Amino acid sequence: MVDSQIVLWGQTIAYTSYALVIILLMAWFGLKITKAGKSNKVSNTFFYSFVGFLVVLGVSLHIVTYNTIPWASMDLNRDDIKPDKVFNITMENHQFILPSDRLIIKEGEKALFDVTSNDLTYGFGVFRSDNSMIFQMQVVPGHRNDILWQFEKPGVYTIRSTEYSGPKGAQMILKDVVEVKAQ
Amino acid sequence: MSFKDTFLNGEQGMFKPASLTPMQKLVLRFIVVGLLFYGFAVIEGMIMRIYQIEPISAITDYQYFAILTAHPLVGIFGSTYSLVFGAFLFLVPFLMKKPLWSVKLGNWTFILITVGTLTFWLAGFITHYAPLYTLYWPLPADFTQFSPIGGVFFITGIALVMVGAVFFVINVFKTITYTPDGWDKQPSGALMASAIGYEGLRNLFKKKEKRKEHLVSLPVAAIARGTVDVALNAGIILFTGVLILVYLVSHLFGTDLKDTAVDALLYKNWFWWGLDLIADGLVLIFVAGTWYLLAMMITGKKLFMQNIARAALLVELIVSWTVWSHHLLSDQAQPGFLKIVSGELVTAFELITQGLAFFITLATLWKAKPLKMTNELKFLLGGLLGFALAVPAGIMQADIGLNRILHNTQWIIGPHVHVAILVGLTMTLYSAIYILLPIVTNGAKLYSQKLANFHFWAHLIGGIGMGAFMGMAGLEGMLRRTIYFNGEFNLYMVLAGICGGLLLLAFLAFFYNIVMTVGLKGVIGIFTPSKLNEKDLLPVEEK
Repeated sequence: MVDSQIVLWGQTIAYTSYALVIILLMAWFGLKITKAGKSNKVSNTFFYSFVGFLVVLGVSLHIVTYNTIPWASMDLNRDDIKPDKVFNITMENHQFILPSDRLIIKEGEKALFDVTSNDLTYGFGVFRSDNSMIFQMQVVPGHRNDILWQFEKPGVYTIRSTEYSGPKGAQMILKDVVEVKAQ
Repeated sequence: MSFKDTFLNGEQGMFKPASLTPMQKLVLRFIVVGLLFYGFAVIEGMIMRIYQIEPISAITDYQYFAILTAHPLVGIFGSTYSLVFGAFLFLVPFLMKKPLWSVKLGNWTFILITVGTLTFWLAGFITHYAPLYTLYWPLPADFTQFSPIGGVFFITGIALVMVGAVFFVINVFKTITYTPDGWDKQPSGALMASAIGYEGLRNLFKKKEKRKEHLVSLPVAAIARGTVDVALNAGIILFTGVLILVYLVSHLFGTDLKDTAVDALLYKNWFWWGLDLIADGLVLIFVAGTWYLLAMMITGKKLFMQNIARAALLVELIVSWTVWSHHLLSDQAQPGFLKIVSGELVTAFELITQGLAFFITLATLWKAKPLKMTNELKFLLGGLLGFALAVPAGIMQADIGLNRILHNTQWIIGPHVHVAILVGLTMTLYSAIYILLPIVTNGAKLYSQKLANFHFWAHLIGGIGMGAFMGMAGLEGMLRRTIYFNGEFNLYMVLAGICGGLLLLAFLAFFYNIVMTVGLKGVIGIFTPSKLNEKDLLPVEEK
């Protein structure tokens, strides 16, 4: 499975390129409209082509990501996929209650994190040691909150609440409690 | 003129508050208070920017989150609602060439928004009530963390703002449809149908020769359609406020109601449906309408593709009722079809509707070249750039795959929210202020063009820069709505802080420029009653 860091790099490059182009385009436009000369016609064909481009872009983005980001389809179809490991986790009083001190997974295994909240709305996120995020989900009381994930790289990871649950929530961090072992 | 004279009487003494009509005073009051609340929000923002670099020992974490709760609400309700409502209560009658239906109700809108904002701000400041603007259930009723008395005042403040918003809605629609004294009977139903887009929709199914003409102008149609979302949003927030108040008051009277009686996910759907009527509804519709009006006023020409623009405003209104699920893409219990249809596909329509508004505005300006680079034009271009940057950032996060690694990170609040609000929305509002200033002040002269230029560049660079550095931190995993105690993302936060400082300087330059334009006596004069006829929008000799 493609690592989430690779997806983020792709996004960074795509968005940064777009941002630079649109900033330069607006700067050029600002200069151009103040220059003397005849007013310009804007053709209807140009306008409708732009509308068509937006439609194609809006629709194709999700088709592309669905087919290139592996966890997207796995997430939508997770009820039909048998996990290799299941971890039942409870959240209550701003604490994580784990089934064991360390959650041990083998590289390439599909692990299901089934998280229940007994009081507030929390978040459940897994982070690398450099604080970058692998994934997250919301944890809503009274509902099933489960996420299936395939870890591609061995390492030790941290769990952290990713949703605000009052000032106490900022301390909801369990360092190095997920261990992914090499096959 | 000496500095003292200018400070007291305004630039060249040209601003005469006694010459203002009640309507001009009303809009200027909204502007003054809107800018003051914007100043509140900027200072709060800077406190939080510093806190993200290094937690300040004098501010507890409870106080920090109380600031985080108040900050967006002061910015949106106290500042933006004041500026937008003030401008539109003036522009609807101005564009329709008829008096406002009720100046008294307009004044009540002003009072309720001002008092309401001060009430919820003070409740947060004093009691540290901090459930954030999202109010995820059952956090607003968590009495182990928050004071119920603080909550009662906080929710009451929000409710006052919403009542003010309801008064604004009534005033706008009554002004569009009513018949002023001495006028021929106005076709109320037809005016309403034209304003909200029903007549335009019917025209689509009629032969060309049978199509009816639009009875209201495009900017008024935009205001009316955005106002529909203001009404729906006020209803949702008022209902939610009452629900929370029931829990707060019951607790104060010694009875703790079961918080499980409210389904947290259903509540989240309900609340986001209502909140999105602001973020993805009235803001986008009002902004598009304002762009069109500004482009027409700056160029003095008709709007490019105005029928398409009118139709797009209706599409945007309908889209705004159906996009809320993009906020719940990380909620695993949320049905998959809602995530795909509402969260992804309908949300992608915003790229199309906002892209259309962007293109139409630029094409209108382009056709009228050469144009002079006035303050209103440069701020309009800044506003267009802001949305051109922020909307695609939002569309990216409204994707099931990408949301998994972006939700609740600084990416959301930086390149999307802050760039949309600070660069897109605020620069559009500044453009409107610069173009309306001579109209509503009867020709007051701007104190300093150099300060206006500094305001533009500092705001533009500060806003885009802050959003960009927050976004970079977000892509590296930095969350929003939390505190990092060990300087994990210090480099980005220092750079974002410097850009935030530029935003603060930009605001101070603008505020000083406006005060020196109208003078201290002028500012005070805005708040004294006008002796002129309240049915006149402008002084009679100015017409």
